[in-house]
Amino acid sequence: MSTLETQGLGKVYGDFVALAPTDLKVEKAEFLTLLGPSGSGKTTLLSLIAGLAEADSGRILMNGRDVTHAAPYQRDIGMMFQNYALFPHMTVAENIAFPLKMRRTPAADARRLVQEALDMVRLPHIADRYPKELSGGQQQRVALARCTIYRPSVILMDEPLGALDKKLRDQMQFEILRIHKEIGGTIVYVTHDQEEAMTMSDRICLMNGGRIAQLGSPADLYFRPQSLFVADFLGEANLLAGRLVSGAGGEGVVRLGDDSEIRVTLPAPLAAGAAVRVMLRPQNLRLEETPGEGPTATLRASSVTGASTKFFLEAPALASDPLIATRATAMSAHAPEPGRDYRLSFDPRDAVAIPAEEAA
Amino acid sequence: MAAIPATARPPAATRRPMSRRSKQLLMAAPMVLLLVTFLVYPSAQLFLLSFQRGDGFSLENYQRLLGTPVYLTVMMLTLKISVVTTIFAVIAGYPVAYLISILPRATKGRILFWILLSFWTSFLVRAFAWIILLGRNGVVNQLLQTLGITDAPVALMYNFPAVVIGMVHALLPLAVLTMLSVMENIDRNLTRAASTLGAKPGMAFWKVYFPLSFPGVTSGALMVFVTAIGFFIFPALLGGRRETMITQIIIEQIIQTMNWGFAAAVAVLLLVVVLLVFVIYDRAVGLSTVTGEARATARRRGKGIFSQVGDAILTGLGHGSDAIIGLFPRRRQAREGAPRPLTAFVVALLAVMTLPVLLMIPLSFADSGLNWPPQGFTLRWYEQIFNSPIWMSALTRSLVVGLCTATLALLIGTPVAFLMVRGRMRGKTALLAFTLMPVVMPNMILSVGLFYLYARIGLVGTNLGLIIGHTVIAVPYVVLTVMSVLRNYDSRLDLAAQSLGATPWVTLRLVTLPIIGAGMISAFLFAFTISFDELTIALFTSGGVSATLPKQLWDEVSLSISPLLAAVSTCLFLFVTVLIVLAGLLNRRQK
Repeated sequence: MSTLETQGLGKVYGDFVALAPTDLKVEKAEFLTLLGPSGSGKTTLLSLIAGLAEADSGRILMNGRDVTHAAPYQRDIGMMFQNYALFPHMTVAENIAFPLKMRRTPAADARRLVQEALDMVRLPHIADRYPKELSGGQQQRVALARCTIYRPSVILMDEPLGALDKKLRDQMQFEILRIHKEIGGTIVYVTHDQEEAMTMSDRICLMNGGRIAQLGSPADLYFRPQSLFVADFLGEANLLAGRLVSGAGGEGVVRLGDDSEIRVTLPAPLAAGAAVRVMLRPQNLRLEETPGEGPTATLRASSVTGASTKFFLEAPALASDPLIATRATAMSAHAPEPGRDYRLSFDPRDAVAIPAEEAA
Repeated sequence: MAAIPATARPPAATRRPMSRRSKQLLMAAPMVLLLVTFLVYPSAQLFLLSFQRGDGFSLENYQRLLGTPVYLTVMMLTLKISVVTTIFAVIAGYPVAYLISILPRATKGRILFWILLSFWTSFLVRAFAWIILLGRNGVVNQLLQTLGITDAPVALMYNFPAVVIGMVHALLPLAVLTMLSVMENIDRNLTRAASTLGAKPGMAFWKVYFPLSFPGVTSGALMVFVTAIGFFIFPALLGGRRETMITQIIIEQIIQTMNWGFAAAVAVLLLVVVLLVFVIYDRAVGLSTVTGEARATARRRGKGIFSQVGDAILTGLGHGSDAIIGLFPRRRQAREGAPRPLTAFVVALLAVMTLPVLLMIPLSFADSGLNWPPQGFTLRWYEQIFNSPIWMSALTRSLVVGLCTATLALLIGTPVAFLMVRGRMRGKTALLAFTLMPVVMPNMILSVGLFYLYARIGLVGTNLGLIIGHTVIAVPYVVLTVMSVLRNYDSRLDLAAQSLGATPWVTLRLVTLPIIGAGMISAFLFAFTISFDELTIALFTSGGVSATLPKQLWDEVSLSISPLLAAVSTCLFLFVTVLIVLAGLLNRRQK
């Protein structure tokens, strides 16, 4: 029995399908992220689980109990809002104690639990302050304490770190993960930040156009995308057009636009002759000066972006967009020169063939 | 299309005892019922009445109205006074609103306090203050003689200028507040952007700021005009025999001759004029500017002759002001803030707005009648008031009616405000327009209609009749106030509370109400003040032993001007001051 399960859950606003019927299972103590561009249905899905919107079809089960039409307060959920939604007229302690009060926890227990919660989020001394007297990061921690203190079955987080600056965000990511481990809670987390999703999640549910595009571990999605959308959304990707010559046992050979043939990985079986795109991550693409087999491209420009240096290459026969290769920035006598042709080399395990026709 | 087959729709209405639709109906029902019964119905009745003579249909009332030169003259004069008042109020109010909009928070509150004080001080009290001020031995005459400008007291009252001065003074706060609501939303960076793009200050103002503030000017003008056209206090008290306005005719017809049909015809004419003004306004600028709901809709921006002329005028004004500014030595812009001349003008204007009422206060303690300067000190007038059963019963009645009105208006208006802000439903705009009807409609029409209705159902002279009438007037203000409070309220707090386990009722009790409470109390105080100051309805439906305080004051003012009335006015003024300070403190505590 999953902690949370949706069966054919869907939502329509007029003609707009916000969420196509969706099946999803979240297991106990799992950290699942709903990731996707805006309008992809991730927030709709979260609202339906939270009970803030009413489903048009399907069911929601929590620990086997049907809560599809239960009010938010009848579901065993906790929710962390993007703007924290701390009650401005209550102190920090009162805010954190609110869910306990709703559950008629005896006052003495509540006091102890609140203090424990404050200790857990490392803010032991701010119980009597009001939310507006706290910094953004502190408010965040209080909100975290408030939605976890009663150990709900599922904790929902709606882009909780969206309003924080980069440094604080990294800190809070770590903090949320720590508390997730500490309380062993089940978390459904919404974000549009793919880096955040990859850092934090056990599994990512990548959504697009109101449907699940792919569901799996961060590594699955990153290294074995099943569609062009997934390949493109997570990290940078070079996509080379080609046709599958042969393939079996998860490996295959693809003929590219310039008639060169390369060995690729096939995450899903494809018929020979199928149009494919070969995904290559920039950091896996090497520029070789020595002659040999494989496609070639002309270097047009390079730029140092910090820890890595980016090379922009042109190969009209391979892809219409410029190709990108990166490598660790270093002072080097042998820096590739713009205007020269380079042979592209890569490990076949990093070259993933994806069917060219997008389903959605 | 249709990606989702309509499967598995759960059997409805198992959990929800009431559908969203019926809940919404229930929320709006009390207000709709109130306005239909005590605003729409009486007005319709009045309309029918105006076509009656004896038992049959007749146009006689209208023939008499349009065929008698006197009435046409009165109508023209009413329009003239209203237009002149509007022009002065808007022109004088614009700099004030502008200054308030650019001031930092702290100072803003201080100036706004004085505006609100004037706004809420009853028209009657202010008219009375002008009577004292402009009288033969009043402050102005004394000042003129001391300065040697005149030798003997001049007749400053009972003429056209006196009426206009009084009305501009009365309506200036309304103009300021209406314009301010638009100006507050103008991005201050736009004029700065204009100056970085090469516009001199004058040009930046006239070509960028002024056009953006123009909706405020027009809606301010509309509000002032519509209010002015229904006035009777100022022409009656400050005007001479010739300065008669249309609502005075209605009063005269009802109180003196009981000619319902003719009074109804005059009321219909007044209503037609007001509606006409609204229609013209809607055609010209769009009514949405008034409710503040205006979004930056791309209005048809034809380069018509009017917009070209307008543009040329604004350019000319820009060049002109820059030329004038250029005449003065350039001040180094050391401080960011309001230009000094503007501040000086606004402070002077605020003084003029407040002084008349303040000058009345010492006279109420003076032993020398209403002559300026006050001499001696006595509490005689106050003692007389507090020992007079008439005044005390009027005070009690006003308090009771005010409290009941405020409570009722809050109970009826709050659900509507929730519906307007939170509810997802069609016809919201229509409902809001309906809610605002009592604001738009001259109170005189409502009063006459209610009088006629009350006469038949026995509510004349009763507190209940007054409470109902005052609630009709106060409800729109409650709705608007609570709406603005709710707009500032983050509804995610409710969602948060519910996700944490609070039922809707508990959410309302522990989260929503405590946060919006101060705003609700402000709304209550507004409603109370409206009722406490209300004269028009009380004019007909209360009287004699059942008079309210304003009605009693009006009756006395019409008979004689005595220091006793200065004392009553002072009490009223102080009472309102306390209420406003209270509301202000509440709001500050909330922030």
